[in-house]
Amino acid sequence: MKIVVLVKQVPDSGSERSLRADDGTVDRASASNVINEMDEYAIEEALKIAEAQGGEVTLLTMGPDAATESIRKALSMGPDGAVHVTDDALHGSCALGTSKVLAAALRTLEFDLVLCGAESTDGRTQTMPHMLAERLGVPALTGARKLTVEGSTLTVERQTDEGYEVVQATGPAIVSVWDTINEPRYPSFKGIMAAKKKPIATKSLADLGVEAGEVGLAGATSKVLSSAKRPARSGGQKVEDSGNGGADLVAYLSAEKFV
Amino acid sequence: MTVERILPTEEAAALLELTTELADAELAPRAAAFEERGEFPREVLRTLGRAGLLGLPYEEKYGGAAQPYEVYLQVLEILASRWLTVAEAVSVHTLACYPVAMYGSEELKARFLPDAVGGELLGAYCLSEPAGGSDAANLTTKAVLDGDEYVVNGTKAWITHAGEADFYNVFCRTGGPGPKGISCLFADASTPGLNPQKRERTMGLTGSPVAQVALDDARVPADRLVGGEGIGFTIAMSALDAGRLGIAACAVGLAQAALDYAVEYAKGREQFNTRIIDFQGLGFMLADMATQVSAARAMVLATARLRDNGRPFSVEAAKAKLFATDMAMKVTTDAVQVLGGYGYVHDHPVERYMREAKLLQIVEGTNQIQRLVISRSLAK
Ligand SMILES: Cc1cc2nc3c(=O)[nH]c(=O)nc-3n(C[C@H](O)[C@H](O)[C@H](O)COP(=O)(O)OP(=O)(O)OC[C@H]3O[C@@H](n4cnc5c(N)ncnc54)[C@H](O)[C@@H]3O)c2cc1C
Repeated sequence: MKIVVLVKQVPDSGSERSLRADDGTVDRASASNVINEMDEYAIEEALKIAEAQGGEVTLLTMGPDAATESIRKALSMGPDGAVHVTDDALHGSCALGTSKVLAAALRTLEFDLVLCGAESTDGRTQTMPHMLAERLGVPALTGARKLTVEGSTLTVERQTDEGYEVVQATGPAIVSVWDTINEPRYPSFKGIMAAKKKPIATKSLADLGVEAGEVGLAGATSKVLSSAKRPARSGGQKVEDSGNGGADLVAYLSAEKFV
Repeated sequence: MTVERILPTEEAAALLELTTELADAELAPRAAAFEERGEFPREVLRTLGRAGLLGLPYEEKYGGAAQPYEVYLQVLEILASRWLTVAEAVSVHTLACYPVAMYGSEELKARFLPDAVGGELLGAYCLSEPAGGSDAANLTTKAVLDGDEYVVNGTKAWITHAGEADFYNVFCRTGGPGPKGISCLFADASTPGLNPQKRERTMGLTGSPVAQVALDDARVPADRLVGGEGIGFTIAMSALDAGRLGIAACAVGLAQAALDYAVEYAKGREQFNTRIIDFQGLGFMLADMATQVSAARAMVLATARLRDNGRPFSVEAAKAKLFATDMAMKVTTDAVQVLGGYGYVHDHPVERYMREAKLLQIVEGTNQIQRLVISRSLAK
């Protein structure tokens, strides 16, 4: 089974993140960048399937040159190789532009299954699997908390607010996963050493036959007009206990409809 | 605090980065609660094994990473700075792999090392006895060959991982009195007659199981003899030379943790409208602690490099163990002092560090025995 996992490098959600003042895009240069958290679950799922059924796992990343670091890190978990689409003209691509590029890259690869995280912690659109499915003409099974692969039949438990839905499709297909699906492994020391020797194929827009004007800031269908920092957290409400602290707490909780 | 390190290879740098990531994510958040409950973190050791952190010094052919001691000891140091029970477990386990890895038959190596190094099998090292810890050459546990099995009788004391281990290195007497009569048997936990006893109630490292191991007509197959009859003491001492460096590295990590905690606290705590770190009396105390930690680290690494370069290192290892563990005792005690009353309660980790440091002055040769080794080398 040939599996492609989409991996995005994002600014660490645990550290200070900001948008660039000039064009409103995510400031990647000054951020501490990591593998999008949800993508690690997609990689783990791919590795588990490949270990159980045999197969090959390839990572696909679109991002600046510096994303190589995250690709190596992801490779140290165990995938066989990676494709890195990088091109100066890609800066500022919107979700539609990104999906155009990733779809073009996927067309150059053979796959039975594409796995990705349900969302990225920077964009958070949750639309990439649908857009790719549409462009490639394959089914999308999104938001999986469980995936079963039997031959070319893919069965997914699709996580919803109330519970889950069981949905099925015939591969090749795209499956996006939530962090409830598995527990990603740590890279091993041997994996880290092996990752240094694994192939990373670099592709430009020209290699993929995508016009520079269709993507990047120039081709973006959406634009950040303005942005503001989230306000600092306010102090919270303190209940002083002068005999009736318990009653005051309950009054607060019921006013806020917690109880 | 980040420690500036000169590492021999890029590979070693990657290994230390992985170790730090694992230590922060898997060790640090669990340490206090596991120690409070007295729970042994067996799963954490499996995680370390899968990541390739157990058996770092051993051959790659058997799943090891063929890393020099210089690198292995820095891994231990980082683990110890997050959770001493785990670092000690790694050190004891590495020690328990040592006899087979260095003196064992190809068959024993091939059969056990990959799983031991991979973290699936946990080891114990049984040298001490109730009547003799320091004087190990006079051990009394007896093994008699009966057909193709050794029949072993006696009691081993203070055995780390007793009851949790999958294999036990049992040092026992197969010949006459003295060091030349001692052999090493590699026994499975399932050996009939090998019975771990009730767990000791220890002062620190409460997550680490320690107990006596009774051997009542325990039958160990003769092909589990490591190296040959009569070389058990040589194996034990050579293992301990390396093991002492492991304990010394643990001491450096533990002391670093205590120092870091005390420094952060002293920056945040104010008395007389002044940060307590700005009182010279306290600032100088922290300066002395920091200096001692750096000195011990330098000693451990210098000794490791002797070993890695095939030079004699036994006496230097004794010095490093002596200095680093006495240093850790002093630094952890001072860390409690820096926190004042807050240092004396379980809400902060420094009182635990202080209890943990004490062990390091006792195990793998008490610090008196280290002085004996050093003074004997001087008197020669
Ligand atoms: C938590 C814990 C875990 C342990 N884990 C293991 C393990 O996994 N495997 C194992 O084999 N052992 C283990 N030990 C045992 C440890 O190595 C011994 O406790 C240690 O060697 C000391 O032996 P002892 O306790 O019999 O003390 P003793 O040998 O009775 O020593 C008592 C005191 O006399 C001093 N002394 C003894 N001889 C001399 C001398 N010649 N000159 C000056 N002073 C001397 C000692 O320094 C000490 O202060 C462990 C111990 C503890 C507490």
